[in-house]
Amino acid sequence: MDCSSCKDENIGKRRRKRGQGHCTFENQEEIKSGLAPIKVALAGQPNVGKSMLINALSGQTRVKVGNFSGVTVDKLEVCFEHHCHLIDLIDLPGTYSIDGFTEEEKVAREFLLNEEYDLILNVVDSTNLQRNLLLTLELLELNKKMVVALNMIDEAKKDGIEIDDKLLEKILGVRVVKVSAKSGEGVEELLNVIHEEADNPNRSHSNIVYSDPVEEELIKIEEFLNQRGFRYKDLTNREVAIGLLFENERLYKDLHDNPIMVELYPMLIEAKEHLYTHFETKDIKEIKAIEHAAIARGIAKEVLKIKSKPKSLTLTQKIDSILMHKYFGIPIFLFFMWALFQLTFKFGAIPMDYIDSAINSFGNFVGSFIESDELRSLVVDGIIHGVGAVLLFLPNIIILYLGIALLETTGYMSRVAFILDGFFHKFGLHGKSFIPLVTGFGCTVPAYMATRTLRSKKDRLITLFILGFMSCGARLPIYVLFTSAFFPQEIAGHILFLIYISGALLGLIMAKLLRVLVFKGEDEPFVMELPRYRLPSLKLLWHTIYSKAIGYLKKAGSFILIASMLIWFASNYPKDENLIKTYQTKIEATKDKEQKEKLNLELKAKLLENSYLGMVGKATEPFFAPLGFDWRLSVALEAGLAAKEVVVSTLGVLYSVGEADESSDTLKEILKKNLNLATALSFIVFVMIYLPCMAASAVFVKEAGGFRYLVYLFIFTTFVAWTLSFITYHVVKLFS
Amino acid sequence: MKLSELKKGQRAIVKDIHGSKEMKQRLASFGLIKGAEVELIDCSLTKSNIEIMVGTTLLALRREEANNIEVEVIEDGL
Repeated sequence: MDCSSCKDENIGKRRRKRGQGHCTFENQEEIKSGLAPIKVALAGQPNVGKSMLINALSGQTRVKVGNFSGVTVDKLEVCFEHHCHLIDLIDLPGTYSIDGFTEEEKVAREFLLNEEYDLILNVVDSTNLQRNLLLTLELLELNKKMVVALNMIDEAKKDGIEIDDKLLEKILGVRVVKVSAKSGEGVEELLNVIHEEADNPNRSHSNIVYSDPVEEELIKIEEFLNQRGFRYKDLTNREVAIGLLFENERLYKDLHDNPIMVELYPMLIEAKEHLYTHFETKDIKEIKAIEHAAIARGIAKEVLKIKSKPKSLTLTQKIDSILMHKYFGIPIFLFFMWALFQLTFKFGAIPMDYIDSAINSFGNFVGSFIESDELRSLVVDGIIHGVGAVLLFLPNIIILYLGIALLETTGYMSRVAFILDGFFHKFGLHGKSFIPLVTGFGCTVPAYMATRTLRSKKDRLITLFILGFMSCGARLPIYVLFTSAFFPQEIAGHILFLIYISGALLGLIMAKLLRVLVFKGEDEPFVMELPRYRLPSLKLLWHTIYSKAIGYLKKAGSFILIASMLIWFASNYPKDENLIKTYQTKIEATKDKEQKEKLNLELKAKLLENSYLGMVGKATEPFFAPLGFDWRLSVALEAGLAAKEVVVSTLGVLYSVGEADESSDTLKEILKKNLNLATALSFIVFVMIYLPCMAASAVFVKEAGGFRYLVYLFIFTTFVAWTLSFITYHVVKLFS
Repeated sequence: MKLSELKKGQRAIVKDIHGSKEMKQRLASFGLIKGAEVELIDCSLTKSNIEIMVGTTLLALRREEANNIEVEVIEDGL
């Protein structure tokens, strides 16, 4: 982006002087030139369309968005330019309350309380204003600059809800902007208001009025502070009084040594006693909650004009009567999952053949330009076949991610959590575990992070331990490769569904075992919102799919590329020159063409066996032999510890090097020739269960809270994988 | 009576909430506090979970939690 065209130099200078906060993205030219961005903390309850608003706000220019959608589990930063200024948006996880108790709510709380930022952008769901105001009221008590965005205003209009934003502005004391992330309405105005507020030297103060008993005490304290000429930072004495009365910890810490506290303590004790009697409870937080609820109700009454019950709510209840039906709810859910895997396989298979032959001819085409045998082998067998084997599955991956994104964004996911909680509970899991578990079908990394929605440490650990059983998208290529090689096209989709379902069932059984044997203890309560159904915008879906696809391609182009080269190297070296010489003389000696071919093949196989990779495979073969795996499959599994995509690329390299004729035989056909059904199934079972990739393992250590847990996980998964593969191999062998 | 004892479609006022501070706070963040109006929407198959409406928010609870919430019926459903 080029800021030299900017005409309004004043804003630039002003911003430069402020010099507060930095975009963490290094490659922003503006940072180098010394322009400090406006740092905006985005806070709001879950399901208010924050992610979509971020896309709308930053839509005009270059954006960086995190790579997982749906549940924002970590804070996420987006930098973009507006009117020649950088705006640095920090998207905090959705939180119902600042005092929330889940891990992700703590992330939001920690940031809001302890980090430096210019202002809070409170995103509010216009169709559910009253409840959203509960958080707004808490945010106001932070005494920071704030702007309220009434998001989804278009849906509110459709619902017959009218909001008097000017009146709301007056009551709250902060700027309020009506906006729709979907239609783009009000987005520009919101950006302008953010600018104005950030540049405003004064902070606007909340105009909230509490109930009479609370106000009485507040006024007493405020008057006392005024009499003493007390000042604290940029807070008004009323704000200090509110903080003192409602036990703001930070404030107490700061004022602890202030002599004024000697006189304040008796006043505060008396004030609280009054409140305790009036509210019939000795919990000041509960009193605050009651106050906030009453204020939110009052505000809603004043600023809202509702013609009838919101249409979207009526519609949601109608849909729920089907999807959450007592008897049909679970079958419908299973049908959706089945359909997803069918689509993944069927539609994914269509472009596959084209991609496959394109990769092959590309390999041959490139190969024909390379003189050196060594180099050609590296480029064609190593790079193109290795990376190509992974690229092949891009269509499947895209469909799977699309399905999961739909489940996440429509609001169906929390219904399923409700339907399944009773069932899950029996297995020692929490209904909410369902969300990370489904995310796990996409990628285990965000799924591990999504376990933060679970409050109890034991629930989290159980979920973390069994998450690997939900086969991630990167394992999909392995399944697709093996099922399409060993099963007829018509039933391959069913087999795929079966693989995923049995993985999930196994996970449940293991959860029960873990709950009974290892993580005994109390359950976490189950309280969750069932958000209204919403059709996700195409833009957001596209964005999700696009970033997923790009991420997959990037991985193929970097990590998988390097891994493929390493595998190629390890499978070609060391070269036993003596062996080659002996065979070459033998080959030259024979005249028979067939004999020559045979010797060539023998040489290649021998060379491969004596390579580094062969040595590793041979060394570990005894461990895998009872499962029916040869050293090549063993090596592929070991390489899969780095990333599951590598399994397929390793097989691609190993089998194309070892293959006699380097013809157009696809990997699928080669595997069919080399393996039997029992081995293939046993391999699938092992892949289903064993340790997730390196990246996931690193996140696992972080989320579980210690490296030792990874050791447990490794032992646990390897043991289960080995045992079940062993059983599979021998049972299938018996029957076939 | 307890929230868990409501019948489908019945509306009630929350009289009291027992349980830990945290639990109360969590419920409060959804607007479920003393004096709030609730309606029982549905139960799950095994009756282990219930769905209620607080204001315009749909909320899912386990029976155990609902047992801790005392209510008074104000309107009988169908």
